Amino acid sequence: MMAPLSHVLTLGAILFAISVVGIFLNRKNLIVLLMSIELMLLAVNMNFVAFSSYSGDPAGQIFVFFILTVAAAEAAIGLAILVTLFRNLRSIHVDDLDSLKG
Amino acid sequence: MEFQIPNFLPLLPEITLATFGLVILLVVAFARRCGTSLAFYLAQAGLLCAVVATWMVADELNVTFGQMYLYSPLGDLLKMATCLIVAGGLLYGRDYLRAHGMETGEFYLLVLFATLGIMVLVSAGSLLTVYIGLEMLSLASYALVASNRDSARATEAAMKYFVLGALASGLLLYGMSMVYGATQSLGLIDVARTLFEQQAANRTILLFGLVFVVAGVAFKLGVVPFHMWLPDVYDGAPTPVTMFIASASKLAAFAMACRLLAFGLWDLIEHWRHMLLFVAIASIVLGNVAAIAQSSIKRMLAYSSISHMGFLLLGFISSVPANIHHAYASALFYALTYALSSLAAFGILSLMTREGIDAENIDDLRGLNKHSSWWAAMMAIVMFSMAGLPFFVGFFAKFFVLQAFWQAGYAVLTVIAVLMSLIGAFYYLRVVKVIFFDEAQDARTVGGHWFARGVLSANVLALAALGLFPSLAMQLCVVVMQNSL
Repeated sequence: MMAPLSHVLTLGAILFAISVVGIFLNRKNLIVLLMSIELMLLAVNMNFVAFSSYSGDPAGQIFVFFILTVAAAEAAIGLAILVTLFRNLRSIHVDDLDSLKG
Repeated sequence: MEFQIPNFLPLLPEITLATFGLVILLVVAFARRCGTSLAFYLAQAGLLCAVVATWMVADELNVTFGQMYLYSPLGDLLKMATCLIVAGGLLYGRDYLRAHGMETGEFYLLVLFATLGIMVLVSAGSLLTVYIGLEMLSLASYALVASNRDSARATEAAMKYFVLGALASGLLLYGMSMVYGATQSLGLIDVARTLFEQQAANRTILLFGLVFVVAGVAFKLGVVPFHMWLPDVYDGAPTPVTMFIASASKLAAFAMACRLLAFGLWDLIEHWRHMLLFVAIASIVLGNVAAIAQSSIKRMLAYSSISHMGFLLLGFISSVPANIHHAYASALFYALTYALSSLAAFGILSLMTREGIDAENIDDLRGLNKHSSWWAAMMAIVMFSMAGLPFFVGFFAKFFVLQAFWQAGYAVLTVIAVLMSLIGAFYYLRVVKVIFFDEAQDARTVGGHWFARGVLSANVLALAALGLFPSLAMQLCVVVMQNSL
């Protein structure tokens, strides 16, 4: 028995909401931000796979491959920026990112 | 199912640019001594070849690669403009990079790949290609902002840009997944057809997705309430990178809005128009008011860019069926002229920078007239054009957009927009006052290679010249839009 589409979409929406809340409420660690971003992309993947599988159109699943690839590249760039930031600030606290203001 | 070999010819500009990018990659890896100069010249050659290639394959509206790739006169125009603007930006930025010891072959490589991303985005025919093009542009931009590795400000700006940009991509993707679910197709033409025939499976899902798509587009344009990243990135990034983000990226954001909203989701105009209306008016008000309080000229130009993008969106909002092509053409004209003038503004700032001397604050321009009347006049022309003073091109860009806006029936909001642009004139004219009437502190002038200075002068004078024949350029934009939508 397959779960109805609305259940899967709700799961996707919950994952998406968790990741958005993770980005906005997180005041501590930049790595948690990167994790939230990954979670957001995975929530989107969930949606694409659900729609694609319930409508019998494979294009959505192909999209998921591209999202996974880009997510990997994005994580690489994000961690690289994080490393240079840490070398300059000696900290990865979100609150320490405050030299640009106005 | 039989596999059809797609038509590769329309991809010639992208293939050219990608080939030059790969050659630069090899040059950077193997030519140790003159690799950087070689990379610079190869990047310039690649961009100019891409312009020529675009000109050669320019064609009517059509699709190839199973709707993935959509070529149109609009795409050709934007591609040529992007390549020329990026080529100009590299030329103006080279001396800055040298003075700060940041000139590496990788820098040019990243700029070239970001440009390739813009070109993919511009000719995207499906949600998938829109996403891929956008990410190619964004990922290269994040790295470019952080290219000054030892600067805490630059890396901080890059981190903020990265987090918020990734959030924006996530929102856009979530919206795309909803649109895909409701229409069961990824191709923009199929999406538009399904919406037109009212066959969308679930309208709630569709509208839910539309909100996220509009949020993603607004993020990339940098308009209120998604503008938080913009001032920090402009301020923290090295000036040549700011120049790229302020000119070529804006064209990409315009192309993305055109593709997604004006093309794919065109039948939902009554819904996205109201969202964009709020976004546009809020950005015009906030951008112009917040720019007054800035002392850093890059931050000031960032807030001014927020208000300019608000004006650009007015063109989208006024696309009522009666004058649809005229409205979009006014937005296109606005995007092109804004890209040209912000290129000139950051070009001057970038060429004023030398070893140990930065041109980051408005005070750094003090008394520029004493040392170089020519460059003082050039900066004044750019500021006048951005402020929208009559007979510079910025005036006509605002005029065409507001004309379309008025004709669409938003009389009161047109008056508000005009009043706000009057407030905006204050901070542009303050820069002119600082240049001409304040005492100079040290000998600052525009340096750099003679060729870069010559091209920059031509760029600025083009702003004045286009202001003399605006109807010609506008006519071109209307024709392009008529053949592309």
